Amino acid sequence: MNLPQVVQYCFAGITVGSIYAIVAIGFNIIYNTTGIINFAQGEFLIVGAMLAISFNHFVPLPVAVFLAVVLTTIIGGLVEIVFIRQVRNASVLRLIVITIGISILMREAMLHIWDEKVRSLPYFTGTGVSTVTILGAHISPQVLWVLGVSAIIVMGLTPFFRFTLTGRAMRACADDRMAARLCGINDRWMVTLSFMLSAGIGALAGCVISPITQTQYDMGASLAIKGFTVAILGGLGNSMAAVAAGLMLGLVEAFVMSQYDVAYKEAVSIVILLLILVFRPSGLFGKREIAAMRAL
Amino acid sequence: MTHFRRYIPVIAVAIGVIILQVVLSGTHSTYYMTQITMSAYYALVVIGLCLLMGYAGQISLGHAGFFAIGGYTTAVLTTFNLMEYRDTPLVSLCQSLGLVAQRQDIYGADILAFSPWPAFAVAILLTAIIAFMIGLPVIRLKGHYMAMASLGFGLIIYRIVLGGRIFGQADGISNVPPFKIIAGLEVNGRAAFRIESYYIAWFVVLAAMTLAINLVHSRVGRALRSIHENEEAAHSLGVNTYRYKLLVFVLSALFAAVGGVLLTHYNGSIGPSEVTVMKSVRYLVIVAVGGMANLWGALFMGVLLNFLSLRGVFGSYDDAVFAIILIAIMLLAPQGLLRLPKLRAVTSLLSRRANG
Amino acid sequence: MGNALLETKGLHRFFGGLHAVNDVSIAVSQGAIKGVIGPNGAGKTTLFNLIAGTIQPHNGEVIFRDKKITALKPHAVACRGIARTFQTTKLFSNMTVLENVMMGRHCRTRCGFISGMLNLPRTWREDKQTKEKALSILEDIGLKEHALETASNLPFGRQRLVEFARALAMEPELLLLDEPAAGLNIYETKELAKLILWIRDRGVTCLVVEHDMSLVMAICDDVVVLDQGRKIAEGPPRTVQQNPEVIRIYLGDSDA
Repeated sequence: MNLPQVVQYCFAGITVGSIYAIVAIGFNIIYNTTGIINFAQGEFLIVGAMLAISFNHFVPLPVAVFLAVVLTTIIGGLVEIVFIRQVRNASVLRLIVITIGISILMREAMLHIWDEKVRSLPYFTGTGVSTVTILGAHISPQVLWVLGVSAIIVMGLTPFFRFTLTGRAMRACADDRMAARLCGINDRWMVTLSFMLSAGIGALAGCVISPITQTQYDMGASLAIKGFTVAILGGLGNSMAAVAAGLMLGLVEAFVMSQYDVAYKEAVSIVILLLILVFRPSGLFGKREIAAMRAL
Repeated sequence: MTHFRRYIPVIAVAIGVIILQVVLSGTHSTYYMTQITMSAYYALVVIGLCLLMGYAGQISLGHAGFFAIGGYTTAVLTTFNLMEYRDTPLVSLCQSLGLVAQRQDIYGADILAFSPWPAFAVAILLTAIIAFMIGLPVIRLKGHYMAMASLGFGLIIYRIVLGGRIFGQADGISNVPPFKIIAGLEVNGRAAFRIESYYIAWFVVLAAMTLAINLVHSRVGRALRSIHENEEAAHSLGVNTYRYKLLVFVLSALFAAVGGVLLTHYNGSIGPSEVTVMKSVRYLVIVAVGGMANLWGALFMGVLLNFLSLRGVFGSYDDAVFAIILIAIMLLAPQGLLRLPKLRAVTSLLSRRANG
Repeated sequence: MGNALLETKGLHRFFGGLHAVNDVSIAVSQGAIKGVIGPNGAGKTTLFNLIAGTIQPHNGEVIFRDKKITALKPHAVACRGIARTFQTTKLFSNMTVLENVMMGRHCRTRCGFISGMLNLPRTWREDKQTKEKALSILEDIGLKEHALETASNLPFGRQRLVEFARALAMEPELLLLDEPAAGLNIYETKELAKLILWIRDRGVTCLVVEHDMSLVMAICDDVVVLDQGRKIAEGPPRTVQQNPEVIRIYLGDSDA
């Protein structure tokens, strides 16, 4: 492969990889506040994109995206309030199983509301054939949008969690919910907020990637698996590592796709997932002595 | 004898099965038997999963994978035409041992393929090996890690059967011959064999239930329940928790594989749709609704829900229905539908039997 | 008193930067009741976990009946003859009292998956024996009438007793008791003391972690004092109690 081709594949890799990273960050936000793995995370991306596509028929694209993100954020909050909150003395496992059910329900709802056709948002700038040339490779401007939005999300969340009161309150809930409650933090609201935040950034990611990958009602599951793989790869709960891991997975997938059959692309993330779970569940960047990973 | 009181429900169900058959034959509605037979085979998966989830307390989101390993193995072995290899030493050895036999396929052509019994043996063995190897690392994982790992396993199997040419890719494998169990008795989907297949299916299911009930009442069953209740305490009492969980995992995989083999021969085909995540979730839903540690509940719900689904009662909302049931059960009755106070009186007899 | 039933030699265990157990060597004689005391965080439960196999030491050995058991997993340690109770009662809540105690017989019985699934006659004999032994222990401890009750329905003190019964069902040689008096009132503690003495009379050596000094003084033949992972004193209770070092670090002991 010559340089432009390599650059092409690299961009493809980090584009899709940054989306995986956003999904992983969504997982991490909810996991960090509640200890739950939200299987419905992928669906938030698709719902966001589908809503934006529908809204786009009535309002200009930026408004459509904005409305979609807002609505999906609300949906995320509703999901938490209607389902998650109701579970009394829930074992984490039960909650996970519930999110599996929620993910299926959302997918089926999307199927019946929007049908199984593949759709997509229009390109944010330019069209499907406009390109920008970088290092000899022709890149769609949408790629720059994806990278830009992802970067903004990541760079926005870091100060949010570190410096704002709300962000710190959410981190407190992750560490010790009872203690947080004793400090006057409304932990139930924090949980809702974590779902809303994850849903919101998911929707934004879904919208920005839609022109490139298209959107179909059942793409959520595959995104969730890959997002989870990335989250584990970086160490569950560690969002900066998730970014690195996401880019890594994206690049590996792109490389595999360039050399081998496209069908193997899907297998890559699953194999990585199994390998990581078996050999290093604390992730590449996680601390080893996370004994909680292992059962007796 | 106290040791056999546990079999009363088995006898009761057996009688019920016979009565049902008589009623259906009498009312000329034997076509229902097809779906009941299929549901019974699916129930085998559920019984195994119930042991794993309800008693050993482990979660598996990929059990459809084991069903598929059983089904696809037998499908491949009994349909792959070895005619061109007929003269190689290995194949002629197999032929002289009776493992491989010549038969006619549906087009009348002669093909040489494995007979169902050897294929069955291979399928079971393969499942045991794979389940053991998957289980070794996965059993160590806790809660959601195990859930994810099992999900990943199911997905890999799905990708393999979907992508592999020998597995028929998206179309799966068809023309799978009937399974001649012994002379005169076979698992065959055709209408003439309906009643025969119905009884074979229920016989297998009740045999599996007997084994499962025995296990639950035994020392091992107690140990499994103790692992589920408090793994650390069980460990400190001398229970090798890792070994037990692994063995139950393999056992539940074998149940699923048997279901896969028999259903494949019954339907005459198998396809990737048997290995989807939704299928695995369905099995999980059924175990949850029946009551995690309630074998009879799981069997009853398994047959009922699968029957309704196969008859198309849920229409295009099939998956959604299962999802709703799953969420409802998790929110409202995590111990299963049959443990709700109102129904307790009705089911207390059964559950006391099931739990010793 | 005979030779050492249990010995630990130079046990070390770190948790990150914390030296939780620092060069702890103790010996427990056969037939003795030995106490382990020390302020919170002294490493007492860690020591138990090291002996029982729940965690591995970074250095040192655990020797039971002259054989090294350091590397054994908890279930193997249990089958060697070491039983333990926990700080927070770990009963099998949804199983009956009888079933809980029957679980104690696990390492003394053998029937496995195959004989279980096939309901073979040898399982009938074994299960009958298991049941009888469990019932007899419950009777000795005074809980026979609760045998068929669900364990979680019992009051806290009785649940503790069930845990003892379960440990005794193992017919252990050594019993590790982790704060058995925690949460018990004065009356219950006195009953507990009688119970532990009775257990010793049945031939079971006891190693007891306790905060309750009245209990320790009443029943222990000798006592080991830990502080911040180190052993700082060992000997008969009265002697240890007057040790100035012990007095200094162990102010604020609980009731009694």
